Amino acid sequence: MTSAVVTEGLTKRYGRRPALSDCTLDIPAGHVVGLVGPNGAGKSTLLQIVCGLLRPTAGRVTVLGGDPVSGSPRVGFVAQDTPVYAGFTVADHLRLGAHLNPAWDDALARERVDRLGLDPAQKAGKLSGGQRAQLALTVAIAKRPDLLLLDEPVAALDPLARREFLQGLMEYVAESGTSVVMSSHLVADLERVCDYLVVLVRSRVRVTGEVEELLATHHRITGARLDPATLGGGRQVVHARHTDVQSTLVVRSSAPIDDPAFTVDGIDLEDLVLAYMSEAAEGGRDRVLEKQR
Amino acid sequence: MIEFHLDARSGVAPYMQLIQQVRHAMRLGLLKEGDKLPTVKDVVARVAINPNTVLKAYRELEYEGLVQPRPGLGTFVTRTLGGEAEVAAHEPLRRDLEGWLAKARDAGLGDESIEALFANTFRRFSAARAGRRG
Repeated sequence: MTSAVVTEGLTKRYGRRPALSDCTLDIPAGHVVGLVGPNGAGKSTLLQIVCGLLRPTAGRVTVLGGDPVSGSPRVGFVAQDTPVYAGFTVADHLRLGAHLNPAWDDALARERVDRLGLDPAQKAGKLSGGQRAQLALTVAIAKRPDLLLLDEPVAALDPLARREFLQGLMEYVAESGTSVVMSSHLVADLERVCDYLVVLVRSRVRVTGEVEELLATHHRITGARLDPATLGGGRQVVHARHTDVQSTLVVRSSAPIDDPAFTVDGIDLEDLVLAYMSEAAEGGRDRVLEKQR
Repeated sequence: MIEFHLDARSGVAPYMQLIQQVRHAMRLGLLKEGDKLPTVKDVVARVAINPNTVLKAYRELEYEGLVQPRPGLGTFVTRTLGGEAEVAAHEPLRRDLEGWLAKARDAGLGDESIEALFANTFRRFSAARAGRRG
């Protein structure tokens, strides 16, 4: 399978502060990738490097087999807060899109605007948050990109607008097979729509892989208090909590854990992400994931 | 045509929820042989889930011999479930289960212990079966 995005030792510093540190990824094409992590973890920086808006300080990045190109017709990008031109009408946005993009699919754009009930003569500044997000998504997908990058596309939306946005996005993915990378801190949404996960914490990649594979290889173990070091080979302790008598571990292990001394349970994506992030949360400075459904 | 929904808090994997909803609709007679399942695009546009999740559920249903894709037309139900044979099997199985429950009570197990033992055994049994098939 070809790769949508490959990075090797990718690093970005703002002054001395690292926004992205030694980030190595190989994201296969044809997936909907969830890019998740606390605020300030480097999600936006990574997306902006991939779409060519930022240059890395060090390391390499390959997007759809080539260098990232700002404004590439093959890459659709919806930046944070789903920017639209407030003084432009909905129709102006489509005209601008058609003008700037050789592969512009005008029928798709019009059909979406129509179905969403957007008035073409309406100024974008007067649209609701959900409508603005839908307009920004429409402009991005009418380019017929091979890769769609979405930076916190639903963070500011109410639950209904969020659901409608994701419905539209998934419908387009089903029809086009476009690769999508979307950042979000709403893990419940990602659990529905993503089949590949990248967890960034404090500028570093903590875990990456297919959601199904991650869920199958992560387990929650509870039992009498134990030393994680004694757990045995091939088992990586992601997170451990202990009381005076009991231990609760989140463990990564490809082999099944069959030990009568523990209770072994599966784990959902939200708990998996939280396990990888909790080290950062305990550090205190980063905000924890919002638990929102 | 049936409509899918997703319970994010059930702890059941999304693709498995879709499978269960198809089987359930078949048992209730809402889906019969020859009926069409919604297209992948229709499902994701309604439920807002990853298309691969729907594809996986449909593949699994095909593997179970319950549905059959017809290229260019869609996915169709190939059997009618919940026939007399299955209902007839319920009664002796229920009697066996009641016998087992009585034994568990005699051994001093409380409600929670019985539930935990059943759930645990069922999970292991299902996992072992799934492992053998894969």
